[in-house]
Amino acid sequence: MTLVRTQLGRRAFIKNTGMAGGGLVLGFSFFNACKPKVAEAVAMELEMPETWYEINGYLKIGDNGVVTIMSPNPEIGQNVRTSMPMIVADELEIDWKNVVVEQAPLNTNLYSWQVAGGSRSISSSWQNLRMAGATARHMLKEAAAQAWQVPASEITAIAGVLTHEASGNSAGYGEMVSAAAQIEVPEEVELKKNSEFSIIGTSRKNVDGKKIVTGKPLFGIDVMREGMLIASLVHPPAFGKQLKSFDAEEVKKMPGIRDVFSVKLYDDDFDKMAFHFTAFNEVVVVVGETTWQVFQAKKALNVEWEDAPEVTQNLTLFGNEMKVKHPAGMEDSESHTKRLKELIASTAKVARRDGNPEQAFKNAAKVIERSYSCPFLAHNTMEPMNFFANVTEDHAELLGPTQTPEWMEVAVAERLGLPLEKVDIQMTRQGGGFGRRLYGHFMVEVAVISQRMSAPVKLVYTREDDMSQGIYRPSYYATYRAALDADNNLIGFHVKAGGIPESPLFANRFPAGSIDNYLAEDFTVDTNITTGAFRAPRSNFIAGAEQSFLDELAEEMGKDPIDFRLELLKRAEENPVGSPESNDYDASRYAGVLKLVREKANWGQNEAGVHRGVSAYFCHQSYVAQVLDVVMENDTPVVQKVTAAIDCGIVVNPDAASNLSEGGAVDGIGHAMYSGLTFKDGAPEQINFDRYRLIRHREAPKAVETHFVESDIDPTGMGEPPFPPIMGALANALYKATGRRYYHQPFITDKPPLIG
Amino acid sequence: MPTYQINVNGASKTVDVAEDTPVLWVLRDHLDLVGTKYGCGIGQCGACTIHVDGTAMRSCSLTLAQIDGKSITTIEGLSEDGTHPVQEAWKEMDVPQCGYCQAGQIMTASAFLAKNPNPSEEDIENAMNGNICRCATYTRIRKAVQIAAENMD
Repeated sequence: MTLVRTQLGRRAFIKNTGMAGGGLVLGFSFFNACKPKVAEAVAMELEMPETWYEINGYLKIGDNGVVTIMSPNPEIGQNVRTSMPMIVADELEIDWKNVVVEQAPLNTNLYSWQVAGGSRSISSSWQNLRMAGATARHMLKEAAAQAWQVPASEITAIAGVLTHEASGNSAGYGEMVSAAAQIEVPEEVELKKNSEFSIIGTSRKNVDGKKIVTGKPLFGIDVMREGMLIASLVHPPAFGKQLKSFDAEEVKKMPGIRDVFSVKLYDDDFDKMAFHFTAFNEVVVVVGETTWQVFQAKKALNVEWEDAPEVTQNLTLFGNEMKVKHPAGMEDSESHTKRLKELIASTAKVARRDGNPEQAFKNAAKVIERSYSCPFLAHNTMEPMNFFANVTEDHAELLGPTQTPEWMEVAVAERLGLPLEKVDIQMTRQGGGFGRRLYGHFMVEVAVISQRMSAPVKLVYTREDDMSQGIYRPSYYATYRAALDADNNLIGFHVKAGGIPESPLFANRFPAGSIDNYLAEDFTVDTNITTGAFRAPRSNFIAGAEQSFLDELAEEMGKDPIDFRLELLKRAEENPVGSPESNDYDASRYAGVLKLVREKANWGQNEAGVHRGVSAYFCHQSYVAQVLDVVMENDTPVVQKVTAAIDCGIVVNPDAASNLSEGGAVDGIGHAMYSGLTFKDGAPEQINFDRYRLIRHREAPKAVETHFVESDIDPTGMGEPPFPPIMGALANALYKATGRRYYHQPFITDKPPLIG
Repeated sequence: MPTYQINVNGASKTVDVAEDTPVLWVLRDHLDLVGTKYGCGIGQCGACTIHVDGTAMRSCSLTLAQIDGKSITTIEGLSEDGTHPVQEAWKEMDVPQCGYCQAGQIMTASAFLAKNPNPSEEDIENAMNGNICRCATYTRIRKAVQIAAENMD
């Protein structure tokens, strides 16, 4: 039995205890706007109740037994709108077919961590979601106990029906809910045992599936309001430039154009969080009646730009202060590569040092050294950045796609001069996130525009705006060295890694802890190109580099690549180098996914013409191992299949988690193989999909097969972990298929091998 | 601004827009048919795919003059209640992650299957190659098209 104290989410319950006096809550919505409740119910072919009873901030129950469950977190394609309510429903003990899901607005009193980031949606709310369902179940049982005058402990709750076997009483939740809403919220509630889960661990289809395939308005860019204007931005054409002046007279006369003005996003003294980051603080805004009119007007606008000076931004990230220096000048990819190569050859900051690595390399019979790199990437969510705002004198309503509503609310309120409680933020379904929508500058932009226009406004970026005004994945570089003794034993390991503007190094991840003499160093390069989190930040490069190097090392040592990793992990498990806390990963779980993938992929039983690569990585508290199969067709390597083994604790919705595994693998293959953003004179050279390559149907593997480790551990990350390791598996399989190693992403443009 | 008569999802509509307005924005901004998505504006991603007399076309790169006298079908008009075999297959495979590109994928697949009801895997890949899915749900899309092909027989 698991007891959790409801204090965990006491804020939610204090609020509702207050309500329990009245009990009855009609409508339950925080805002009346934009919630097509009836339509939603009809779509799900459920009859709506006459009266809803709010039990707590996560759920309300209707007098007919239908339950509405709030999904608190932003939905960016990771399927939380289905999987988070599943957790509540399981503890509530309700039949899933009687559940209606509603997107919760931002509400810091009711919910915590309303963020789509760090693959933490499920893990951070796991207890609260369960508690919300279990509390309601408890209150329903109490209500039945009072009605039937029997002990609550003798009442069972199964699939929305309360039963007291001895007295023969039975009632649906709908019959008891009005009384249940009057029951005092318990101090603590009993959670189900994992073995009692009836919804968690079963595959449930996307609650928005039908709406998506019928083209219903779900996304931010679909928002329509009476009297709504469209806005779009004109930003500097290159990093290192800023606005000098503009002439809007002719453009203002164009059909449908209402206004053209410049907006300064943040004041210089604004205390910025990292997520308030923006590429260009001052932009020109075009406002008009329709999207096409505004896009055309932008092209006709005369703007003069000037060189921007060097600036240093002070940012805070979860209490830590960061200084981000943006040098003056127009940068280009050629000089970036040159600078990275210079720094990789000079002294760097030591992040971890075990044993005596210098001596090991001095004593080595053989030293293997390989370097790896990757370019900047644009997130390229299919739905470009956009947001809706309706700002009046004393209130701001914002609606759209954001991964960080809570942190952006602070910036919006500050910029508008409104108190936080006067800023309401609601989330639409989001056409992809990948980290881009962590940086919600567009919310501040649209709020300022709406305030100035005194009208509801939807801000829409063109694809070109989206790709050329990015918060990009940084460009990284890493050099790995291994020292082998005369018997081909690994006696020393050295990684030096850096990037523009951040280092990709995780000094305490594998293989740290498995090698006596270990050195990890890193360095950074300042840039005025704005960068930020991109699906599995830093891991999305260093995993592939490290796993490629380990593959080459295993080959050099004459070992099977899985056996080699397992030997290192055995050492890390049984006799770790460094203190037990110094290694970030659990070596036995790491080894577990490698063993599982070895079995499921029939590793070692090679088919003729199939070339295989393996890789494994730990990030976001989860472990993923992948085997990738390549076949040669007309002298071209084609990825045929990926087999994945994943340990992410309890899997809430297995088919949806498999979908993320499939997408993560294909996304990783695509980015490693094809994608890259290069710069010339400060401007990105790829600003639409004619020049920026994303993986397409023909290039995707024929199959991705996913196997989850059976686990009783609370859920860990799933959105990001399948993405980084596949890049290593791809490089390793390509080597088997083509006889050459791939070191520099995108592999499609990699130059002939550096092996010498 | 000129007035245009267009036939969308079986109904005749009158719109009053500049002649260079792409069909995509006519659908989205003037006819409230927002199921057709903006992705790139240059016919490279396929998110805006519609049927023009049954042929899959990129609405971001079509003018009203080009569809004069032709019948347009958008995702909203593919079936009355979401039961077109392609839509059913998409639900069965639970294809979408973010879902943004899927209307375009479905419109491409449905026009393709109407002309090629028994496609090979290669036919499917070639037909779908113009539609980008950033979440990379390609393996499920391929299976869904195969299921739809079987169910359309």
